[in-house]
Amino acid sequence: MMKSRTVEIWVGLFVAAGLAALFVLAMQVSNLTLVDDEGYPLTARFDNIAGLKVRAPVTVGGVRIGRVTAIDYDPRTFQAVVTLRIQARFNQLPEDTGASILTSGLLGEKYVGLEPGGAEEVLAPGGSIAITQSSLILEQLIGKFLFSKASEEK
Amino acid sequence: MEWLAGLGHSALSFFQRLGRGHLLFFAILQGLPGMVLRPGLVVQQVYAVGVLSLIIIVVSGLFVGMVLGLQGYNTLVDFGAEQSLGSVVALTLVRELGPVVTALLFAGRAGSALTAEIGLMKATEQLSGMEMMAVDPVRRVLAPRFLAGFLSLPVLAAIFSAVGVWGGYFVGVGLLGVDDGAYWSQMQAATDFRDDVWNGVIKSLVFGVVATWIALFEGYDAIPTSEGVSRATTRTVVHTSLAVLGLDFVLTALMFGE
Repeated sequence: MMKSRTVEIWVGLFVAAGLAALFVLAMQVSNLTLVDDEGYPLTARFDNIAGLKVRAPVTVGGVRIGRVTAIDYDPRTFQAVVTLRIQARFNQLPEDTGASILTSGLLGEKYVGLEPGGAEEVLAPGGSIAITQSSLILEQLIGKFLFSKASEEK
Repeated sequence: MEWLAGLGHSALSFFQRLGRGHLLFFAILQGLPGMVLRPGLVVQQVYAVGVLSLIIIVVSGLFVGMVLGLQGYNTLVDFGAEQSLGSVVALTLVRELGPVVTALLFAGRAGSALTAEIGLMKATEQLSGMEMMAVDPVRRVLAPRFLAGFLSLPVLAAIFSAVGVWGGYFVGVGLLGVDDGAYWSQMQAATDFRDDVWNGVIKSLVFGVVATWIALFEGYDAIPTSEGVSRATTRTVVHTSLAVLGLDFVLTALMFGE
């Protein structure tokens, strides 16, 4: 049996390596941000959110400022209600901010892009974004393109 | 008639073993609080079970990651999506291969050693000797080994996944020319800490309990002959592998099935 001091040092190294590995997985692999849960909610209503998922990023000018926390359906207006959680330090979004569902790359994931407007008032926590643009659906787009081509040839 | 009796006998002995296994499990759990007073025993076992398994885990993790990088690249490049290699490698490792392959290697490297050690202790009547001295072998021998296995497997699985991600990086970015930034950013966009990394850790904790429990039980329940110990060791590896693979499916269905 090895001396217990040596054993203890090895075990210490082993545990430290494990913690370091978990740290790498948290920071480098999953990009864990500790302040993620803080922030204030906003809602936006879309006609079509096809492909948007909970935890999708919310960006302004390409910079992530929050996440989608819930997606619901309003049976009266037939619209999708998307709840966004914006980090607390970005609390100066103008009231006429627009939201659109965009795709990163041709086949990438969907995200919500916010387009700040010029109003003086800012969106209060729990406020609703009025100007929204729905998800772009590739099939519909191709259908429209073919339709317009066909009508041109007449 | 003879055939029916044989079926009944094997069914009865199966349930008897299952019952003995659970009784032993609860006896070990009762012995765990006492380990607070004797951390030295646990440290000794973490060395035997964890530190000595480190080399095979690191080497396997590296090569599994490299193979994932190579195969993933060859598949993804057909779709022009080789930028997503990072997310493929990381999700595969963190969710599945890290915990599962680590548990399988653990069964072969550490579980078999535990079974052989305890089986031999039983065969050479060391366990009976302890009982004669009013030392409970479950508390003195099994509990520290159980705790060590339970703690070591998640650590080994985390190391396996982290090393594998770098293995995929070496092959994907270093050899095949995937963009460095895209590898990491796609990985970070696709991998979530709570949904992916943490569920992987939970999986490896479950596997740690199961693998160590089976190894200890097979050793403690072994027929105290050289043949009995050898058969118990084989059973440890086979049963642990089957249990890990079966449980992995159940856990995956629960965690990622929505």
